[in-house]
Amino acid sequence: MELQEQTTVQVDLLKSFEEKIGRDDAIEPKDKMPDAYRKHLIRQISQHAHSEVIGMQPEGNWITRAPSLRAKQILLAKIQDEGGHGLYLYSAAETLGISRTEMIEQLHSGKAKYSNIFNYPALNWADIGAIGWLVDGAAIVNQVSLQRTSYGPYSRAMVRICKEESFHQRQGYEIMAKMMAGTADQREMAQDAMNRWWWPALMMFGPHDSESPRSGDAFKWKIKRQSNDELRAKFIDKTVQQAEVIGLTIPDKDLKWNEARGHYDHGPIDWNEFYNVINGNGPCNKQRMDHHKRVHAEGAWVREAAEAYRAKKEKQLFQSKN
Amino acid sequence: MNQQEVMFKYCLRLGDNALIRSYRLSEWCSNAPILEEDLALTNFALDMIGRAQALLGYAGQIEGKGRTDDDLAYRRGERSFYNVLLTELPNQDFAYTMARELYMSAFEYFYYSGLVASKDATLAAIAAKTLKEIKYHLSHATDWVLRLGDGTAESHAKMQAAVDDLWPYASELFESDTTDAAMISAISAPDPAALKDSWVKHVSAILKEATLDVPTTMYTHTGGRNGIHSENLGHILAEMQFLPHAYPDAKW
Repeated sequence: MELQEQTTVQVDLLKSFEEKIGRDDAIEPKDKMPDAYRKHLIRQISQHAHSEVIGMQPEGNWITRAPSLRAKQILLAKIQDEGGHGLYLYSAAETLGISRTEMIEQLHSGKAKYSNIFNYPALNWADIGAIGWLVDGAAIVNQVSLQRTSYGPYSRAMVRICKEESFHQRQGYEIMAKMMAGTADQREMAQDAMNRWWWPALMMFGPHDSESPRSGDAFKWKIKRQSNDELRAKFIDKTVQQAEVIGLTIPDKDLKWNEARGHYDHGPIDWNEFYNVINGNGPCNKQRMDHHKRVHAEGAWVREAAEAYRAKKEKQLFQSKN
Repeated sequence: MNQQEVMFKYCLRLGDNALIRSYRLSEWCSNAPILEEDLALTNFALDMIGRAQALLGYAGQIEGKGRTDDDLAYRRGERSFYNVLLTELPNQDFAYTMARELYMSAFEYFYYSGLVASKDATLAAIAAKTLKEIKYHLSHATDWVLRLGDGTAESHAKMQAAVDDLWPYASELFESDTTDAAMISAISAPDPAALKDSWVKHVSAILKEATLDVPTTMYTHTGGRNGIHSENLGHILAEMQFLPHAYPDAKW
C-alpha cells in the first residue's frame, strides 16, 4: 500500500473506534484501537492485577494467626478471591497482546506498578478488618465506576470482581464492629488500625483532579468516567457514617459535613507521603517486591518441570499416532 | 478410658489431622510457584478447616463439657493434640508438600471410603462429604507427583528426596491401637492396619509411573496419635493460638 492509502485506512479505523466510544459500545479485543489506548489499558489492567496479587501478602501475614476457625476461613476465602481477581485481570490484559510472564517481568523491573496501599504493614488483627472495610471499600468505589469502562474484557472482569469485593468490605466491617464491641484492648487495636489506614485509603484515589496528569485521554476514551476527587468524596461520605455507627473516630480534625456541596470536607492529604511511597520509600515496598521475586524464583523449577512433562506427553501422543 | 472418652479421642485424631494440615496448606498463601497453585492449596486449606470444624465440633458434643470447635482448636495444649506427625512437618518445598498430600490423601481415600459405612450417623455423613473433597485432593497430588517425578532432572531429584524423607512418617497412618479397636467394634470404623496393602499398592503405582523409586525403608516415626509430637507442633500452636492466649476474654 502507498503511504497515503495507509494513512487513510488509519484515519478510518480511528474514526470507527471513536464512533464506538461515542455510542458507548464496548471495545472488544479484535477491534482496531489506537496504540495509546492499548498501552493505557495494559498499564492500568496489569497494575490492577499486580495490586490484587501483592495485596495477598499483607493479609496473608495474618492467616496463621487468625483467632477463630471462622475468621481463618473467611480470610483465606477472601485472599483466594484476590488471587482469582489477579487471574481474571491478567487474562483481560493478555487480550491486548501481552503475556503474564511479560507482566511479571515488568513488575519485577519496576516498569509496572501496583497499588501503593499494599506498601503499608498489617500490624494487628484489626488491620485485617481495616483492609477489608477501608481498602476494599475504596477499591469498590473505583471498581463500580470501572464496570462501565469502555474495554469489554476489563468491564466484565469488574462486574464479577465487584460482587466479591462487596463481600470483602462487609467482612472487614464485621471484624471492626466485633472488635469495637469487645474488650478495651480490642477497641484500642481497632482505633489504631483506623488511624493508620484512613489516610492511605484516601490516597488510593490518586492526586487531586487539578494534579492528575493522565485524566485527559482516560476520560476521552471512557476508560475512566469519574474523577479522582469525585470518587474519593463518594468513599468518604459512605465511610464516615459507618465509622460512627460502631464508635470509631476518623483521624481528621477538619472533617466536617458541607451542606452546600452535599459532601464532607476533609483535611489536607499528605501528598509528600504519597509520592514518597510511590517512589519506593514506603514501609514495605522492598519487602513486598523481594517476596514476590523470591517466590517466583523459588517456583521456577516447578514451572519448568510442568512444562517439560507437558512436552514429553505431547511427544508421546504424537509418536503413538504416527 | 470409657467409651465416651475413646470416642472423643477418636474424633480429635481425625479433626486434628485436618486442622494441622490446614495450617500447613495455608502457609502456601502468596508463596506458591504459580498463582493457580496458590488458589488450589488455599482451597484445600479451606476444605480442611471445614472438616476440622465438623469433627472438632462433634468431639465437643461427645465430650459434653460445652467446648466448641474453637475451644478445642485454640485452647488445647500440645500433648492433647492427636494428629499424625506427617501433617505437622514443615512444607519445605513444593515437592515435599505434594508428597505429603499424596500420602495423606491416598490414606484418607481408603479410610473415609470405609467410614462412610460407619454405624455412627454423624461420622458417616461427615465422611460422605469429605470423601468428595479427598478425591480431588488425591487427583491434584497425583498429577503433581507425576509432573515433578517425570519432569526435569532437578524436579525428579527433589520429588525423590521428598518421597523418601516422608515415607517413614506414612507408617503412622496404619497404626491400629486400642482406640481403633474400640471404634471398629462400636461404630464399624475402618481398621487402619487393614488399609496398608491397598495404600502401598496405589502409591507405588503412582511413584513408578512418575519414574520414582519406591522407598524400601522399614524405619517408622510415630507418636502423634498419642500426643507425642515432633518439635514442629509447639511452634504451630504458639502461632495459631496467639490471639486467644494473649487476650483470653476477647471474642473474635
